[in-house]
Amino acid sequence: MSEAIASGESPSPALRSGERRGRLKVFLGMAAGVGKTFRMLIEGRVELEAGRDVVVGLLETHGRAETAQLAEGLPILPRVRMTYRQTMIEEMDLRAIVVREPEICLIDELAHTNAPGSEHAKRYEDVEEILAAGIDVLSTLNIQHLESLNDHITELSGIRVRETIPDAILGRADEVVLIDLTPEALLDRLRAGKIYPSERIDAALNNFFRIENLAALREVALRQVAEEVGAKRLTTELVGSREESLAADAPQAVGERLLALVEPYPGTQRLVRRAWRSAHRLGAELDLLWVRKPGQRLTAENERSLSALRQLASVLGAKMFEEESDDVAAAVVEHASRRGTTYILVGRSRPARGVARLRVPLPQRLMQRLPGVDVRIVADRSQRASADVQ
Amino acid sequence: MTMLVIVVVVAAAGIALGIAAGYWLPPHGRLARRDRPRPVRRILLPFTGEAISRRSFEAAVRLAKAENATVMPAFLATVPMNLPLETPLPVQCARGMPLLESIEQRLISQGVPVDSRVGRGRTARDALRRLLEQEHFDRIIVSADEDQHSGLGYDDLRWLLERAPAEILILRTAPEDTRQISSNAVSGHF
Repeated sequence: MSEAIASGESPSPALRSGERRGRLKVFLGMAAGVGKTFRMLIEGRVELEAGRDVVVGLLETHGRAETAQLAEGLPILPRVRMTYRQTMIEEMDLRAIVVREPEICLIDELAHTNAPGSEHAKRYEDVEEILAAGIDVLSTLNIQHLESLNDHITELSGIRVRETIPDAILGRADEVVLIDLTPEALLDRLRAGKIYPSERIDAALNNFFRIENLAALREVALRQVAEEVGAKRLTTELVGSREESLAADAPQAVGERLLALVEPYPGTQRLVRRAWRSAHRLGAELDLLWVRKPGQRLTAENERSLSALRQLASVLGAKMFEEESDDVAAAVVEHASRRGTTYILVGRSRPARGVARLRVPLPQRLMQRLPGVDVRIVADRSQRASADVQ
Repeated sequence: MTMLVIVVVVAAAGIALGIAAGYWLPPHGRLARRDRPRPVRRILLPFTGEAISRRSFEAAVRLAKAENATVMPAFLATVPMNLPLETPLPVQCARGMPLLESIEQRLISQGVPVDSRVGRGRTARDALRRLLEQEHFDRIIVSADEDQHSGLGYDDLRWLLERAPAEILILRTAPEDTRQISSNAVSGHF
């Protein structure tokens, strides 16, 4: 029997399970009001009823009666008060949580920025410390707070969200639960006063809570979680058990990734636009790959085309890669395998010269070496136009 | 015996010549194409909206044919001040790319060389300025109707005339001629 248990004291989480790090579970939503905090509290109550030591480290009810009601009966740690510019601010009491050593701590709004003078600048940094102390954390996050999506969402919604968290924080979460709600249902909740007080409803409806915004945000949230699942599958393949490896061998369920093979010629832009359009429809990522021959010299015209291609990729949000290789097919296969490509688009090849005519065409070589990856040849419209003229 | 050797040598030389010719001469007549004069002039056709006036397009085609020039339709995307300049712009691209495709298709069908561009800036003028800094254009064709076809207002046109290192062709308004080329005209699977 351990000394702690013999003395009647509750062992610290770290002692309970060696040096284990706490588990992080994030409830992710497309916007305020979808029910992230509600779901977090329900899970907290279930754990409490199961006999685990649960505390609420930080709860933001935003004046919602249903949320406050659900929190009743859960032990809530008092907040710490601090003064900043003659204003009293309340923040989560990190030290109190670490000293209290619960098994599970509920912490709302993971992306929150702490008041100046706090131990850490951001709440996710507080959460990191709590996890390091071996305490499990349940937390909430809206999709627009993810750093990598911030610009994209600002362009979609026209509203810049200042509080962001690095994607790696969500990536390290042991579980991500998407709290999904249709935009129509969310708007109904908003109009019923379940999200904001009545004086804020009109402003919300005219700004962030427009149905097209919500639909776009929902799509982004669904894709983000799908990608998280995809990333976890890849991790499993690398380090998992035999069963997990077998599962990883199963066909990829979600997340298309397109690869367009480009060259610095004017006609390539059309291929890129078409690839982007397809990626847009599939909700997929788009990579562009230029396989450059070692020592290949570019003409001034090639340089201009390459610069235009990079600019186009940047505006479209595609990632452009350049690789040096004598063997185009090998370079493409290596790249596609590394990036998890599901779809390759190639343009019409230029006429082969000499013995190269005897070689198997690139699309066929790719199909042979990348089973399961679709290969599409994009037509050269200029050829079609000249054929029409003839 | 000597005769046989000569025949073998001649045959080998012929085969070698054939391989060399096959290597250096690609199919479909590279030599004939090489003889053609190369396009040397570049005509910029900037736009921001979902349509451009048919008059601007036709002017570009006429000039390109007369001068053996390449037409360079350029979609000018504007980045809001609260976003980094390098940010992707999928919403604007969803409008601009089909029109770019539509313009390209029409130019190609008329036998005019085309090389598209995308400019990005805080305003249409800023995007155009950045594009002009990066590349040389011989002519720029814009419409003077200030109806957002090109996204350039009268002030921008004045700026263009004063600052742009190219010949500027400003097409006067023709109220009776409302023909446009829009993204709806894009054909095929795009």
